[in-house]
Amino acid sequence: MPALLKRLGQVLGWMPAGFFGGIEVPDRKLTAHEPIRECPVPDVLILPMKQHIGEQCHPCVHIGDHVLKGQKIAATEGYMAAPVHAPVAGKVVKIEEHRIAHPSGLGLPCIFIEPDGSDGEHRYEPWADWETRDPAELRERVRECGIVGLGGAVFPTFIKLVRDQHHPINTLILNGIECEPYLTTDHRLMLEHADEIVRGLSILRYMVGARECVIAIEDNKQDAVEVMRQAVVRASLTGVRVLAMPTRYPQGSEKQLIESITGKQVPAGKLPVHIGVLCQNVATARAVYHAIEHGRALTERVVTVSGEAMPRPGNLRIPFGAPVRFVLAQCGLEDLDGVHVLHGGPMMGERLRSVDVPVVKATNGLLALHEEQIHGLNAEEQPCIHCGHCGEVCPIRLVPNLLADHCRNDAFERAEAYQLFDCIECGCCSYVCPSSIPLVHYFRYGKGQLAQIRRAETFAEESRRRSEARERRLAREREAKQARRRARKASTPAQAEDGEG
Amino acid sequence: MHVLIAVASLGGFALIAGLLLSLAQKKFRVEGDPMVEKIDAVLPQTQCGQCGYPGCKPYAEAVARGEADINHCVPGGERTMHQLADLMGVEPKPLAEEPTAPMVAFIREDDCIGCTLCIKACPVDAIVGAPKQYHTVIADYCTGCTLCVEPCPVDCIDMLLKPELIEHWAWPLPETERARIGRERKGSHARAA
Repeated sequence: MPALLKRLGQVLGWMPAGFFGGIEVPDRKLTAHEPIRECPVPDVLILPMKQHIGEQCHPCVHIGDHVLKGQKIAATEGYMAAPVHAPVAGKVVKIEEHRIAHPSGLGLPCIFIEPDGSDGEHRYEPWADWETRDPAELRERVRECGIVGLGGAVFPTFIKLVRDQHHPINTLILNGIECEPYLTTDHRLMLEHADEIVRGLSILRYMVGARECVIAIEDNKQDAVEVMRQAVVRASLTGVRVLAMPTRYPQGSEKQLIESITGKQVPAGKLPVHIGVLCQNVATARAVYHAIEHGRALTERVVTVSGEAMPRPGNLRIPFGAPVRFVLAQCGLEDLDGVHVLHGGPMMGERLRSVDVPVVKATNGLLALHEEQIHGLNAEEQPCIHCGHCGEVCPIRLVPNLLADHCRNDAFERAEAYQLFDCIECGCCSYVCPSSIPLVHYFRYGKGQLAQIRRAETFAEESRRRSEARERRLAREREAKQARRRARKASTPAQAEDGEG
Repeated sequence: MHVLIAVASLGGFALIAGLLLSLAQKKFRVEGDPMVEKIDAVLPQTQCGQCGYPGCKPYAEAVARGEADINHCVPGGERTMHQLADLMGVEPKPLAEEPTAPMVAFIREDDCIGCTLCIKACPVDAIVGAPKQYHTVIADYCTGCTLCVEPCPVDCIDMLLKPELIEHWAWPLPETERARIGRERKGSHARAA
């Protein structure tokens, strides 16, 4: 009976619809009660030229230049990109390739800034009167300030902020779910900066013209739900609901959250805008507020530095470019023997091979874990027993065990036919697998191989086109030469006859 | 008597069927060899000639005629060999030569005399330049076929390893025992797909 009532409530829209699959994970929010504290400025900041999804930026400062805090140091060339700004005032000491937090261990060109301790700051013009401005103007400001999705996906925010008459946005969702264990950055931001987040929400709502707004928070953060509700009342906004969602991983994933709130699914290969929804993280909303009302570029973020192996866990406000080693030292972790450092949450984050990488826009957490806490670290992969748990928990409704088989056997086309590219790599399947099959790792392998195959195919097609064009050109040239020769031959005897005549 | 009727009727059917078939053959005749096109489509189009034929198309033609073996495409590697085996309906075989890492040609401009010989040799028009002007390789177009190296009179073309881009990096297979076994068996599975 309660199940029936729940279903009725969902159908009538009194209760969130929930999403398919997912798992319950221990939340281990060790730092939920730790106020955000300031991280000191390190001796050198390392700023990679790509901290977002999309195209790489190019430095627009030179070695030896003095830069101000908030000054643009790398400009975008393509559309899908976000510029990089100096997080502190200082001197550009070098521009060279440096290792970044990436599973490959490869590097990117980085700008190195040595802080000079001065407080010179560059700010754009503050726009308190944004309600009188054109949304396109605000959008340009959001782009110029280098704002990207701070939930971890780092998608350039301005791209989503369009008013498209074919796809009007009805619902604006502010994502304060933070379903990854350990992470508490959004939680603390909501507790400490609720008014700024709500201001950001108003700006976003004005930009896209959404009627309805939802602030979604999981019910393991009841205090944040309360604080956000009060902030909405203080701002006397209408049409804004603060929803406490039942805690379930991966509810914070954009498409799952949309399904959970609206009951609608984003079709495969489409974007939320196609069903009239815009989803932004609470930290992103706050960054938008700072960019518009204070003219501040995105130069720092709050990072949860946590984990059982961390002596003094906490939520730190860290300037981008601070080396991870330095940040860990601030929390008392200097001896890294037997400790695994994760970049991001425990479900989707990456193990860092080196802690000499900088904190970037994507860094939402830095976790130090003991070996025994890492799920299935030393477990040997067993044969699949076809229990079907992976399919039950997959929020995308894929068939992970078959997909993994196809990827393992290099049957990539077949894996693609089983919608490999819809996988969001949430890790639920690997988490529940009783045979310790590293399913997500197989999917990443398959996706990477398919991308390489596609690239090779495109390149082959291009080369074929060029080679055929060359053949045609050579044939044309040969023909022209022969024609000229024939013409010469035809004219020479004629001249001879003339001579005789 | 019955035998004659049977022979006559069956013979008649055979005649009609034969006529229909010959008409169909005239009407639905396929120009060119579709097999060549199919084979050419899976070749990497480097036009490198490492298979012993002057380009990908000639190799495709030779394979379709059954003259060339399926395992001679060096840049295509294992994957191309398996695709060719599928198309030709033969068993996969080990590659005739180990595939090399992807390369890209680079012209040392200080030494280039502007003779245009490499431009003429390039099968994909990836070298730009003019007589008595420096030449240079458009790295994004270069297939790494090395055909330009030989004609250069001053030996100013180097074949460099293609730099590994972070965007092009792909996850390796997990390092588990079962992944290794799967890898060894992949040939038969890939064909089944």
